[in-house]
Amino acid sequence: MFLITCPYCGTRDQSEFSNAGEAHVARPANGEELTDEQWADFVFLRNNPKGLFAERWVHTAGCRRFFNMLRNTATDEILAVYEIGAKPPKVTTVEPATPSGEAPIGSGNDAVKVMRPEEPK
Amino acid sequence: MWRNPEPKPGYDAVVIGGGGHGLATAYYLAKEHGMTNIAVIEKGWIGGGNSGRNTTIIRSNYLFDESAAIYNHALQLWTTLGRELNYNIMMSHRGVLNLAHDEGEGRGLKRRVEANRLNGVDSEWLDAKQVKEFCPVINISQDIRYPVLGATLQRSGGTNRHDAVVWGYARACSAMGVDIIQQCEVTGIKTAKGAVTGVETTRGFIKTPKVACVTAGHTSVIASMLDIKLPIQSHPLQALVSEPIKPLVPCVIMSNAVHVYCSQSDKGELVIGAGIDAHTSYTQRGSMDIIEHQMASLCELLPPVARLRMMRQWGGIVDTCPDASPIISKTPVKGFYINGGWGTGGWKATPGSGHVFAWTVAKDDPHPIAAPFALDRFHSGALVAEHGAAAVAH
Repeated sequence: MFLITCPYCGTRDQSEFSNAGEAHVARPANGEELTDEQWADFVFLRNNPKGLFAERWVHTAGCRRFFNMLRNTATDEILAVYEIGAKPPKVTTVEPATPSGEAPIGSGNDAVKVMRPEEPK
Repeated sequence: MWRNPEPKPGYDAVVIGGGGHGLATAYYLAKEHGMTNIAVIEKGWIGGGNSGRNTTIIRSNYLFDESAAIYNHALQLWTTLGRELNYNIMMSHRGVLNLAHDEGEGRGLKRRVEANRLNGVDSEWLDAKQVKEFCPVINISQDIRYPVLGATLQRSGGTNRHDAVVWGYARACSAMGVDIIQQCEVTGIKTAKGAVTGVETTRGFIKTPKVACVTAGHTSVIASMLDIKLPIQSHPLQALVSEPIKPLVPCVIMSNAVHVYCSQSDKGELVIGAGIDAHTSYTQRGSMDIIEHQMASLCELLPPVARLRMMRQWGGIVDTCPDASPIISKTPVKGFYINGGWGTGGWKATPGSGHVFAWTVAKDDPHPIAAPFALDRFHSGALVAEHGAAAVAH
């Protein structure tokens, strides 16, 4: 659970918001020219990164407006909130050192964290 | 119980992921396809991921023919797995109730009963009074917010012991010569001319022509090493257990509408499952409001539990597909196979999933039961839409 800062209402509990999936997925303008594979890509395929992710949220129990958010899915750290139509701002975040590893802090996965020889115990 | 070997320089096949599905895949590769020079690579310890986090509900009452085929295949294997592995997996066919709380849901569930019967899945409809007889603790009074109107019952469904299944498979694999390598994370997959040549790991490079990815919530992460984009989204799914009490819940209770499922372990703890968090995440913790919602539902369904204390709560990362059905498939990269997308209900399929996936990997050709779950269904539109039977909404 986390707190989300709605760009219109301010900081509220996450339970007031609904997630609306990946941001910046534009509907193809030339729909009638697309193949089945290209349509499937638009309809079904989404990025699912362990790390930086741009997504849409809607303040369902508040102003009911949509906005974009940058979040680190490996730690749930919220890095930026910005308006629909705006470009994602440049941010830095601590990503896992290996693709399926865990970030040093903020991960809920400590139980399966792999200790490597160079890491302090 | 199993050897703890150093990785060899090369294997005939490498299974990524030492959970139930991965170990089952290795077991059937060795047992039925003679591939014993293989390794299971696990980044943590075997059974420490979703195998140790699920609520171990076993059933096969899915709507469509394709799903009934694979889940019933698994159920058949479950019934004899303990004897086959010579390991007590504590399989208990105590029955699974799927409750209906409104007329529409009741009609949907009755349709599923008929579909199940046509597919040889035992299934029956109970009215509210019969539900009360089968599971006396359920509140069937009409004055609750979502009264229980009836339920489907699959008597052959039930629960088993997750650790025992994983350990039994691991011991059997190891005895056949399969190397189980724990604390070893795959960091990259090497290819040449469109075919797999090996895996990079935290313990060095391992040469192999076949890589079988069975990594549940991290399926997208592994696939992205080969630039394969999947229709999978990873979400946290929570569960919790209560303090142990005397026998109270004699079966598995599931409710899609009020969104809670519950059974009682042999230790006496109530094992309670929640819904997924709607946002994607790889952190193994979910939101409190999800648990609050499901506990409110549970207290209304089973009034005596209202003052029970909860002992543990945890989350796991589930890989959900748009049609709530798994992906068991070859991929555009030769020698790279995916078994994932089981979403919120993979445990019940463990032996069946491993069995048909081992065939797919060994023969480089989909097993007839696995064929409908290939990746190309998202292009053809031949989806297996099991949202109604998947229990956890996503």
